[in-house]
Amino acid sequence: MQVPILKQGPYLIATLQSALSDAELLDLRDALAERVGKSRSRGVIVDVTVLDVMDSFAARTLSAIANMLRLRGSDTVIVGIQPEVAMTMVELGLKLDGVTTALDLEEGLAYFKRGISG
Amino acid sequence: MSAKMQIEASSVPHESTRQLLSELVSHLRENRQQLREEWARRITEAKLLTAMTKEEVFAEATSVYDNYVEVLETGAVEALQAYARNLSERIIPRGVQTDEVVGIVLLLRDVLARSLFKRYQHDFSLLNRVLDAYEPSANRIANTVAVGFVEERERIIRQQQEAIRELSTPVLQVRERLLILPIIGVIDSQRAKQLTEQLLRGIRNNRARVVVIDITGVPSVDENVANHLVQTVDASRLMGATVIVTGLSSVIAQTLVTIGVDLSKINAVGDLQGGIEEAERLLGYKVNATPEIQSQGVDLQSK
Repeated sequence: MQVPILKQGPYLIATLQSALSDAELLDLRDALAERVGKSRSRGVIVDVTVLDVMDSFAARTLSAIANMLRLRGSDTVIVGIQPEVAMTMVELGLKLDGVTTALDLEEGLAYFKRGISG
Repeated sequence: MSAKMQIEASSVPHESTRQLLSELVSHLRENRQQLREEWARRITEAKLLTAMTKEEVFAEATSVYDNYVEVLETGAVEALQAYARNLSERIIPRGVQTDEVVGIVLLLRDVLARSLFKRYQHDFSLLNRVLDAYEPSANRIANTVAVGFVEERERIIRQQQEAIRELSTPVLQVRERLLILPIIGVIDSQRAKQLTEQLLRGIRNNRARVVVIDITGVPSVDENVANHLVQTVDASRLMGATVIVTGLSSVIAQTLVTIGVDLSKINAVGDLQGGIEEAERLLGYKVNATPEIQSQGVDLQSK
């Protein structure tokens, strides 16, 4: 299932609708990299609220997305990691180092707005 | 398994054993008054159950005695078990120790055995058979009472542990988007996990962006606890919250550096006040003291 990528002003918002397969994750990565250039976005929010588990491949791909988009000139925030998911991730040693995280979509947008005004 | 078989075996005694036991029971019933008094006297002499008054000891002794004789008669320990639990529930809060409870049951066993000795002195082989019938039941009774007491104690301990766990990990909101988590007492793995879960739920429910974890009340920290702390910080960050750790004592700081935990990502501030101030700064709060009120405050203090 494809992940819809919405444009909201200078930002892109990708909200996962269900758990993704590895191939779908890579599709998301490629689609985001392309869309960022096309729409000249300054920030991308990836909303993973729906996920109730995050494996190492997903965590690695999210890190890759953040690093790739930085090279394309955009900041990335991962939002909506649930308490149980966060617990499991740190137990597995998946810490998403260097990736910005926020509580939910609203906080993600607030993060970007702060970055621009300050 | 073996215990159950033993109970089944002894609750269906041989005909002769049953006869002996019923004779024994009638002997104990006849001498109830005297044996009971003897037992109570021995309890006082041995300085057991000192937390209870003489009258209370005597009343309990009567109940235990009657239960005891009943078990000898019927071989069914359920009633005694229930009584032992009930007794334990009443006397544990008064500080009665395990050795006292075991002690009084063994004393009763001794008192009764002595009376049997006296009665069957003349016929040595009969005495032997009577004791053969008496000993297993007596042991089982002692066992039942002791186990009942210890189980009750353990139940109370579990209950208290539960209460301490629930009491000691409050997650408090002090400002919009700011939580504090004061940790008091020893942290083990289970508690650390529970604490993290509670904090993460608190972050979601209160939409917190900054969390101050205060460990002033934690007496010592080992490698496991330190790693849990790091995990808590990481998990909170995944949920978009920054963690500030405060109240690291010099001893704990030394330990952490010595055991070499990676603390580069831990944001530490000296005390809780400093932590809250730092959090306010991160959240963009500015706290100003109004000059008039401040001077009034000084006046009030000087009065």
